[in-house]
Formats: sequence, C-alpha cells, structure tokens
Amino acid sequence: MTIQLDDLHKSFGQKHVLRGFSLEVRDGETLTVLGPSGSGKSVMLKHIVGLLTPDRGQVLVDGQNVGELEMNDLYDLRRKVGYVFQLAALFDSLSVADNVGLGLHRVGGFREDQIRERVRECLHLVDLEGFEDRFPAELSGGQKKRAGLARAIATKPKYLLYDEPTTGLDPLTKAVIDQLILKMRQELGVTGLVITHDMESAYRVSDRIAMLYEGRRRFLGTPDEIRGTEDPVVRAFIEGDPQYLERRETTVEEAS
Amino acid sequence: MTTRLLAPFTWLGSHGLSMTQGLGNWGSLITDTVRALRHVDVWGRLLLPQLARIGVDSIPIALFIATFTGIVLALQASYTFTGAIPLYFVGVLVGKTMIMELGPVLTGLALAGRIGANVAAEIGSMKVTEQIDALETLAYPPNAYLVVPRVLAGVIMFPAVTILAIGMGITSGWVTSLQLLDMSTPQFVRGLTLFFFPFDVWFAIIKATSFGLVVTLVGCFYGFHTTGGAEGVGRSTTKAVVVSSMLILVLDAFWAVLLL
Repeated sequence: MTIQLDDLHKSFGQKHVLRGFSLEVRDGETLTVLGPSGSGKSVMLKHIVGLLTPDRGQVLVDGQNVGELEMNDLYDLRRKVGYVFQLAALFDSLSVADNVGLGLHRVGGFREDQIRERVRECLHLVDLEGFEDRFPAELSGGQKKRAGLARAIATKPKYLLYDEPTTGLDPLTKAVIDQLILKMRQELGVTGLVITHDMESAYRVSDRIAMLYEGRRRFLGTPDEIRGTEDPVVRAFIEGDPQYLERRETTVEEAS
Repeated sequence: MTTRLLAPFTWLGSHGLSMTQGLGNWGSLITDTVRALRHVDVWGRLLLPQLARIGVDSIPIALFIATFTGIVLALQASYTFTGAIPLYFVGVLVGKTMIMELGPVLTGLALAGRIGANVAAEIGSMKVTEQIDALETLAYPPNAYLVVPRVLAGVIMFPAVTILAIGMGITSGWVTSLQLLDMSTPQFVRGLTLFFFPFDVWFAIIKATSFGLVVTLVGCFYGFHTTGGAEGVGRSTTKAVVVSSMLILVLDAFWAVLLL
C-alpha cells in the first residue's frame, strides 16, 4: 500500500496550479519532489492529508480516496501520516514537550507517564533532549524543524511528509536535517515524501526524485538518472542556471 | 462604452458574490462549531484556561470602567435632579442605568476590544503560520480546539464579569453620593430599591451572554479568515473589534425592543 496521486488538478481563482500531476510513492522509499518556488509542491502535499481537495483527479493513501473520506475516517488516516511543516508550525503557547505529545493525547489510550516517555524518545531521536520545557520562541530555526519532526513521528506514522525541510537553514544544519530524514527511514521504516528546491538535500536523502513543473510531472527517476538527464528544463533547474534554456534554444536553432 | 454601462452590474455582481460567500463562511463556522461540541475530549481541558483568560483577566478593566461610570452617573443625576426631584432618585438612576444599560454595554465594549482583538490575533497568527493546518494533521478538529472553548468561556464569563462591574458601578455611585452629595445610605438604598425588579438583572445577564457569544465568535471568524501574514493579522484584529462593537450596539437595541 502506498501514496498515489492520479491526474491531480487544482486551481485557486484564475491560477491553475496543478494540471494533471500524477505520482506514486513506493512502500519504504524516500521520494523527493523538486520544483521552482510557487510551482504547487506544498499544494500537492496538502492534498495527501486532505487539507485541500482536488478539483479533479484523486489521491489514494493505502487505497483510500482521501477526497471522499468522512471526517472521522480522514482523522484516522491522518494518524498514519506525519507532516513536517516548512516553518515547523509549532504551537507558540505550548512547550516543546506539549507540542510533541499533542498528537498522542488525541490518539488516546496513553497514560501521562507513557506520553512523557514517548516524547523523550522522540526528542532523543532528533537530538533535542533537554528541550522539553522550552517554548518555540526560544528555539533556533534548526531546532524548530527538529521539534516539528519529533511531533510528526510521535504517533509512529507510516508515512512522513516533509514540506521544504531544509529551507532557510545553514549548510551544517541542513546536513543534520538530511541525516534525520535518512534516520527516519532506516530506524523507523517510514515512507517519506520530501518536497524541496534544494538539490544537495534531494541527492542526499532520495531513492527517487520527481520534478513538478507547470503543474505536471516533468521528470521521475533516481538521483543518478536526474544527474544525467538531457531535459533542458530539469537541467536548468538542477544547475540553477536560468539562461540554460535560452542557450540551448539558440544552439538548437544554429544546428538546424 | 459597453464596459462603463456594465460597471454597476459588475459591481453589484461581485459584491453580491462576496456577500453570499461571507454568509456561507459564517454558516460553516457556526455549524462546524456546533458539531465540534461533541468532541468534549478536545475542548474539555482547554475550557478552564480560557475561562481565566477571557473572564478573570478581564475583571480589572471592567471594574475600572464601572467605578468611574458610577461616579459620573451619581454626579450627573444629582445635577439634573437638584431642586426638582428628591435626591434619593440618584439611587434609582445609578441602579437602573448600571444594571440595564451601562454595566452590560460598557463591559461588552471594553471586552470586545480586549477579547475580540486577542482571539482574532491569536487565531489569525496560527492561521498564517500553518498552526491550524498542523492541528488538522494531528487529527484535531480546529473548531473543537480553538472555537468551542473560547465561545463557551465568553458565554459563561461575560455575564459574570458584567455582574461584578454592575456591583462596582453601584458601589462607586453610593460612595460618591455619601461623600460628595450629602446623601445618606438609607436614601441611596431607598432609591436603588424603588423601581428594582429581578427581571432587570436577568435582562443584564441575557444581554451580556449574547455579547460574549458575538465577541468570541466574531474574533474566531476573522482569525480563521486571516490571509497575508502580519498585515493580514492586523487587518483581522481591527475588523473583529469594529464588527463586534457594532454588533453589541445592535444587540443592545434588539434586546430592548424584544424584552422591554
């Protein structure tokens, strides 16, 4: 059972963000979706947990059509999916421990000491031991991301969705977050879907990489395949060279 | 030329559309909140802190306003009545006005500024920083977590704070009568009880309850519909205070027409 997006369309007013995007995330893999800023990566991710509903197409998680689920079934499904937000989205009024334990309170059936123990385990996994009583305002950007990751894994989800996990971080902290993404797969066996525009990070954490461009899937392959691709749009993106497309068009015209 | 001719229709169409959308948004907030009442496990443990924030923390400002209102009412009554009406009628005016009008309305307006702004800003910030999305991904119904405890706290605490404010206003009017108007306590009490009906207190409670409902709901509504970062939060906060203050005055007239 996996995450499957079929022919996803989504518009906001006149802006057609997704125009038939399809993707399948295999069990146990970490798949990264690349794309320029504003290309609809976060929109795509929000469809998977039912925060947005598609105008057309469908999202299947473990065979269940997310857009058609009743609210209670949707909540059950969300418990299987951890979501790491771009800016962590920690609750300002709660301590780190309360943030991490919030999902467990909702699941229910845990005693307070069990929740405390699970929170401690999660914070240990992301190297944030001793930060239980701190508040989000007292954390650095990297620490917030790690606390957000701890909150996402507290309920032992089967899937982890990462929304630009390394954006705005220094190179060293980026590497730490990448290692944590790898650790989540190796130690917890979770299936990961990462969206980013950070190529270094994508190469480090991914089993496969897809590219979202103009609302559709432009590329899907392994990190080695994307390194060797001749697709001019993908090359322009991974080389960070906006002139690449223009130069290539000129070369093709001259050759013809 | 055609565009200019069609402009009024375009204006009418777009405003009609946005008004319908606004009504739809209000409808969905109210129905979602009523549905969220069944998630007692979510809002139950959040109610007590909200009772403290919305009610207990508002007591000082409510008492401050009531104290000075009571002083002014006593002095103005004496100024108006001197030479024409017996002075014990100061007690009538202070009591009736504090209980039926100024106690609930001034407390409501003060709390609209304090609570309406607070609720809209808090929920608005949560909206623009994706904290509400985070709540949903953790399987929390946002209305049960955010709206229900605030609205219930408003409905419970606005009347309680209003009753305290009324008590303080009457007390300050009584002290003013004793110290500045050469009235005695029996005179003031005679006036206070002369036209007093228990219904007056119920009237104040009904009004304050409706103000609590409106202020917290409006704050939640504008908080949930915040867009556009810090500027958007500021906009929502202002709208929440202005709209809830206006609704308090409309409700004040509504209850007067309906119940008096």
